[in-house]
Amino acid sequence: MVGMTVISNVTCPGCGSLCDDLEIDVENNVITKVRNACGMGESKFLGYSMHRPTKPFIRKNGELVEASLSQAIKKAAAILAEASYPILYGWSNTSCEAQRVGIELAEEIGGVVDNTSTVCHGPSVLSIQDVGFSTCTLGQVRHRADLVLYWASNPWSAHPRHIERYTNFTEGRFRSSAWNKYLSSLGTYRSERRMGRAFKLVEEIGKAAAETPSGLPLAEKGARHLPHSLFEKERKMIVVDVRKTRTADIADYFLQVEPNKDYEIFQALRALLREEELEVDSVGGVPVDILEDLIDVLVSCEFGVLFFGVGLTMTAGKLRNIEAGISLVRDLNQYTKFIIMPMRGHYNVTGANIVSTWQTGFPFAVDMSHGYPRYNPGETSVVDILSRGESDAGLIVASDPVAHFPRSAAENLVKNPLVVIDPETTATSLVADVVLPSAISGIEVEGTAYRMDRVPLPLKKVVQAPKAILSDEEILRKILREVRRIKKKGGRSNG
Amino acid sequence: MPSLKVLLVTGRTLRQGQGKEYGKLSERYWKSVAICEVDPDDLKKLGIKENKPLKITTDYGSVLVRAVKSLRGPHAGRVFVPYGPWASIIVNPETHGTGMPSLKGIQATIEPAEEGEKVMTLPELLRQNFRKE
Repeated sequence: MVGMTVISNVTCPGCGSLCDDLEIDVENNVITKVRNACGMGESKFLGYSMHRPTKPFIRKNGELVEASLSQAIKKAAAILAEASYPILYGWSNTSCEAQRVGIELAEEIGGVVDNTSTVCHGPSVLSIQDVGFSTCTLGQVRHRADLVLYWASNPWSAHPRHIERYTNFTEGRFRSSAWNKYLSSLGTYRSERRMGRAFKLVEEIGKAAAETPSGLPLAEKGARHLPHSLFEKERKMIVVDVRKTRTADIADYFLQVEPNKDYEIFQALRALLREEELEVDSVGGVPVDILEDLIDVLVSCEFGVLFFGVGLTMTAGKLRNIEAGISLVRDLNQYTKFIIMPMRGHYNVTGANIVSTWQTGFPFAVDMSHGYPRYNPGETSVVDILSRGESDAGLIVASDPVAHFPRSAAENLVKNPLVVIDPETTATSLVADVVLPSAISGIEVEGTAYRMDRVPLPLKKVVQAPKAILSDEEILRKILREVRRIKKKGGRSNG
Repeated sequence: MPSLKVLLVTGRTLRQGQGKEYGKLSERYWKSVAICEVDPDDLKKLGIKENKPLKITTDYGSVLVRAVKSLRGPHAGRVFVPYGPWASIIVNPETHGTGMPSLKGIQATIEPAEEGEKVMTLPELLRQNFRKE
């Protein structure tokens, strides 16, 4: 790749939105400019080469020392072949092709293969298995949805182009963008603030007049409690969260709820939908009057969509919160069209679930130690295995559990022999025993990834990987071959 | 030493997303995740100035992070720490049989750091907690 080239329609290996309209300028195998990406995607394309190891490492006498690729592969294979109950974790930041080999390796060594959805939307998967869900693709949302709810989700920060590409700020075939409406409301808000400040100087207006029971802007007394724009035909957005996020700032309406009370609010909305009387003044910190108006808004839309984030899966209730949310959406479908979708974080975490399902029958937390796949989250999920201190080795691919697992789980991961395959230096690679740097899927390697709505998209190769750096898939294949060789020679096997 | 009982929420921020893509050893990442967003009135109550170290303690551990005035207030009694190695020291590992630890809505106490205490870098944090680096 010599000279300047512009590569278009590049899929961004950033988040679950998997934007596939990026344009990348490449000059002499260096990315010089990224167009259409968000701040996160741009950082990935421009900063990927800043802190990456280019040689494998093996820990000797407590220190990580440089090693050849074949030495590192042999050491990694020996660790995994010798282990009685190894865990193979990560997978959401790599291609489906690598994930497939990872599952084959797990089967060969009788390990537990789990992906990052276990600490992300794992409870959502459990709920969907329990009660099913009505969903659609993001294309349908873009063209048809007139009401978008982001519940316990902050796309402005976690999926920065989600609103611009798929929901309120995009021009759909049957729905107009709400961008101009937002701009004019921003102008009104700013002038109101200026006016407010001026009034305060003159009259010392008290704070109380502007406040409501849950800190919400109320409409005039006796009227509806929600803004009038929510009852109009145009595209509108509601954010429900425990704190005012950046996304809440741009929503037509922000509903602040008490932490750990989402389940109660979903069930209260379901009761109101059945026209039952709630014999309390408020639920989860939200006055019932507001919930009554909210259910009116939900019922009166033409095509509603509830996007939910990990604010529901990580708090009290966990999978039960999602079940209640799915049940609310199911109930709403008796009156109007409504769908629900999890906001998947890593760019190919959906792919990890899908590949795992077609290879083993289960989407995550798959235990191969009996020689066949077993699935029992809580028992076969990696955080639980680590918390109980049951595993005796680990292979981490394209993930950083030491940075993101609770300390007690991370301690048990680090205590045992640990192999890391990752393009970058991470907290996990710093404490590993074997580090195998890999090429970056979606930048240096082609492959397939699944968007949050389960649409598969091709990942492009835009630059050449550094010399002798292989893809995750190639490294895993080499480890698998070496493991098979060890087993054939009579090494320990657990399959 | 004054202290305050709060509810801890962890989560993503755009800066955390940019920082992690830029490099986990970068100052940008450290500055974006080794922080705690606190309601300005709560900071005042504790006498902590912005960018000074703040100690967060939960039933599961304790960590020093940089105090940052929240721009998303008022939210007295609630603090926010972005996902990352610093937040992971103090979150609840209980999965309730689902595989998912409880990473949001955790009871915590915040207080000013002792004189001379500093927010650790990633290698220092790993050395202290995992005795490897």
